[in-house]
Amino acid sequence: MDNNWPLWEIFVRSKNGLEHRHFGSLHAADEDMALENARDVYTRRNEGVSIWVVKSSDITASNPENNGELFEPAQDKVYRHPTFYKLPDEIKHM
Amino acid sequence: MKSEHLYNYILGIADNSLILGQRLGELCGHGPSLETDIAGTNISLDLIGQTRSYYQYAAKISGENKTEDDIAFLRLERGYKNVLLVEQPNTHFGYVMGRQYLFDVFHLLLLQELQFSKDQTLAAIAKKGIKEVSYHKRFSGDWIKRLGDGTPESTAKMQEAIDDLWPYTQELFDMTDADTAMAQEGIGVDVSKLKESYYKQVKTLLTQATLEVPQSTYFSRGGKNGVHSEHMGYLLADLQYMQRTYPNMEW
Repeated sequence: MDNNWPLWEIFVRSKNGLEHRHFGSLHAADEDMALENARDVYTRRNEGVSIWVVKSSDITASNPENNGELFEPAQDKVYRHPTFYKLPDEIKHM
Repeated sequence: MKSEHLYNYILGIADNSLILGQRLGELCGHGPSLETDIAGTNISLDLIGQTRSYYQYAAKISGENKTEDDIAFLRLERGYKNVLLVEQPNTHFGYVMGRQYLFDVFHLLLLQELQFSKDQTLAAIAKKGIKEVSYHKRFSGDWIKRLGDGTPESTAKMQEAIDDLWPYTQELFDMTDADTAMAQEGIGVDVSKLKESYYKQVKTLLTQATLEVPQSTYFSRGGKNGVHSEHMGYLLADLQYMQRTYPNMEW
């Protein structure tokens, strides 16, 4: 049965004002069932106020083989982090 | 006891949730998929949670130093007042959803009336249950539509389940002595008045699911008076085992 159902990625907003966060994935026959299943699997302990479901096959992901060219060039460029500014003492919570 | 009728009235409502909750609980870990397994167990826990509120209240008015566990686990078969519908076995998933929906429609209609009970405790329990039961009904109704309007095999199985469970629906609207007494006092619900709305809703859904509305004119009854089907003894053996083997045990 599971083999026939497509996979869905589940995003849950835990509180109003926060962003939807990826919670996991599950199987369902269509988007309505995916929402109901997500409600039962991920929000039964009061974790959410809103759910998004997205068909996993609709997500375009980066290829791990390309990680070298995509991400490694950023590793030695510490100056891209805003850590070189001198903050005045009066500014506390930065 | 303050009121024999009130006590019996509470059990009449609570036993339906207990026995259906137990039936669904049997499927925990055996659902057709992880997702439906959790959904079924959630519904089971909702029902057993409601049952606890009712039994705690019943224990309080029994005046016999009883606890909710005594009422849930230590009665004899004849003492359980649930309708025959909820004790029917989990023959296959079509039966599980069919039984659920045929009960959910009634359950929601009942709670929507019971929330206006003159009895504050019953009104509060009913009010809390309405959201839960609305979801149960949506879940089971969706599955009946899916299976009814699915493949030839799923249509046949869903129709088989509805045909077999149909004869247990009329008992839902029978009035026991406790029902009549409590309805007169404005505490209980006159369930006979829910019948029309019930069959209208069920027939609409069956039509949407491309299923046939059973034409059967034979109806089974008895559970409300403690006369159960043969399945009940086995169910109670499971349900009562722990308390009977280890009296007064607690989790």
